[in-house]
Amino acid sequence: MMANKTLDGADLMADDTTNSSARTTAESKSAEAPVTKPAVTQTQSVTLLQRLGKLFAAGPVKPGDSFGAPGQGRSLAISIVTALSLIGLWFVATSAGWVKPLFLPSPVAVVERFWEVLTEGFANATLLEHTGWSMLRVFGAFALALVTAVPIGIFMGVNRVARGLFDPIIEFYRPLPPLAYLPLVIIWLGIGETSKIVLIYMAIFAPMALSARAGVKSVAIEQIHAAYSMGASRWQVVRHIILKSALPEILTGMRIGIGFGWTTLVAAEMVAAQAGLGFMVLNAAEFLVTDVVIMGIIVIGVIAYLFDLLMRYAERKLVPWKGR
Amino acid sequence: MSRLQIHDVSVVYPGLNNGEEVRALSNINFSIEPGEFVVALGASGCGKTTLLSLMAGFISPTDGYLTLGDNPVSGLPRVACGVDLQDQIAGPGKERGVVFQKHALLPWLNVLENTEFGLKLQGIGKSERRERAAAFLKLVGLEDFHNHPVYQLSGGMQQRVGIARALTNDPEMLLLDEPLGALDALTREVLQELLLDVWKETEKMMFFITHSVEEALFMASRLIIMSPRPGRITHEFKLDFNERFLECRDARKVKSMPEFIEMREKVLSIIHGDEQSGGMH
Ligand SMILES: Nc1ncnc2c1ncn2[C@@H]1O[C@H](COP(=O)(O)OP(=O)(O)O)[C@@H](O)[C@H]1O
Ligand SMILES: [Mg+2]
Repeated sequence: MMANKTLDGADLMADDTTNSSARTTAESKSAEAPVTKPAVTQTQSVTLLQRLGKLFAAGPVKPGDSFGAPGQGRSLAISIVTALSLIGLWFVATSAGWVKPLFLPSPVAVVERFWEVLTEGFANATLLEHTGWSMLRVFGAFALALVTAVPIGIFMGVNRVARGLFDPIIEFYRPLPPLAYLPLVIIWLGIGETSKIVLIYMAIFAPMALSARAGVKSVAIEQIHAAYSMGASRWQVVRHIILKSALPEILTGMRIGIGFGWTTLVAAEMVAAQAGLGFMVLNAAEFLVTDVVIMGIIVIGVIAYLFDLLMRYAERKLVPWKGR
Repeated sequence: MSRLQIHDVSVVYPGLNNGEEVRALSNINFSIEPGEFVVALGASGCGKTTLLSLMAGFISPTDGYLTLGDNPVSGLPRVACGVDLQDQIAGPGKERGVVFQKHALLPWLNVLENTEFGLKLQGIGKSERRERAAAFLKLVGLEDFHNHPVYQLSGGMQQRVGIARALTNDPEMLLLDEPLGALDALTREVLQELLLDVWKETEKMMFFITHSVEEALFMASRLIIMSPRPGRITHEFKLDFNERFLECRDARKVKSMPEFIEMREKVLSIIHGDEQSGGMH
């Protein structure tokens, strides 16, 4: 077992380095010097082709891996290379003057603006205040959705009355763009904080409830039978079997839900906001301060990504049996 | 303890995609007496699991009904045993423990927690249920695996956890669906003997499904042989090899008795005859 683990680790690293070096060669070739192709000798090009081919093969199996398991192997190195290349391209494009700063300011300008908004503020609020308000709205709505959507989704899964009741409501409003019902929410709830949180809440609610419901559907009937024949009551089956089985999908629903939350943030902060990342971006766009727009987008992206990492960590800790 | 009775039961599964419906069981009349060890033997697809699911209360028959003593198990007869059973709720119950063909363990619980799960449902205190679960885990040879996640165990070990779980719950009747199928020959013999010991000691009713003729003959007080399409019981034998083993405690000796070998050949020829007349697919 131990030997196996070590082997696995060593092999993983070896594999990763070959992958990333092959990848880097390919990247730089296509990005900078496509003309070098004739210079490559025949044998080299064969190995290069083989290496590229290997990236897309079913793959020789590493110890501990199953042959042909879809998408096996690490992709982190490739992702980092992709991200760095994009930033590099951005850098080159702006410093070479291919695009005007009005359309795409340089990374340096964005970082400077980041520092300025952090310390001095933009549109009567500092970056921390903008971020704080937005997080309050998104996570507030998320928490509300968590305590309502998950129980309702479970209830829809286990009870046909609940399913009949909620299904048409959720399925009707779910595909609507939040901007379509924003005016109605404002007419009903005013332009205060409530309408903003409710708008985000509605966007999070549907995917979260539907995931919880799908989780209930995914429970193995044998496990329910086993519990009943050990004397479980209906409530015990819901609590000990159905809730536990649904947990992986509930967590997936939370990840999808918070994503919808961030997507809806800008819409929610369109009307009568004093602060918030969405408000900041909209306000900056109005005055064509493009570097603030880009900075705001990056801040939203980074927060959303960090939260997703946290959720993935929680998934590994809470449902280690997922997919087994 | 009370007898389990099957009253003229048929099960028809609706065919998939407008396919032909499957007569999984046809007019089964049969009962298990208190203290009996009944083994069901038959080719796959002859309705053994369906019969067990009926007894467990997981499915209802298309026709007929089942009772345990005066209580309905499955199906809703108007009147049975002189008692009006209409409107009574039938289904699974903790007096009928089940060992599943596919183990049906709970992956979020470790081996010990899976084993004590039934006692936990019944509100029995932690120290008592741990003690009882640990005793049965030791009997099935898993005393060193209490804290292992069940999804990391081999198929045979998972099967043994399933058996320990059912035994820990101490039901009146045990329904076992090919419980030893995934085990190696040695462990299999140990667990055959364990189940016979538990049976002798507690006088539980047993319904045990197997593919192995030798296992069937060794374990059964009564052996039923089933045949498919439609699923039905074609032969019944009263046997006492299990009693003989419990007296002499020598499985090899019992399994090499002339009577045992003779019976084995007889059952094999029945099953093979069945195959030739289109029993197997
Ligand atoms: N849920 C089901 N739906 C439709 N057909 C089924 C279902 N379960 C079992 N069957 C069919 O009923 C027959 C008996 O199945 P089963 O009781 O599982 O047999 P065994 O356990 O003896 O192998 C088989 O032909 C099987 O295909
Ligand atoms: Mg079966």
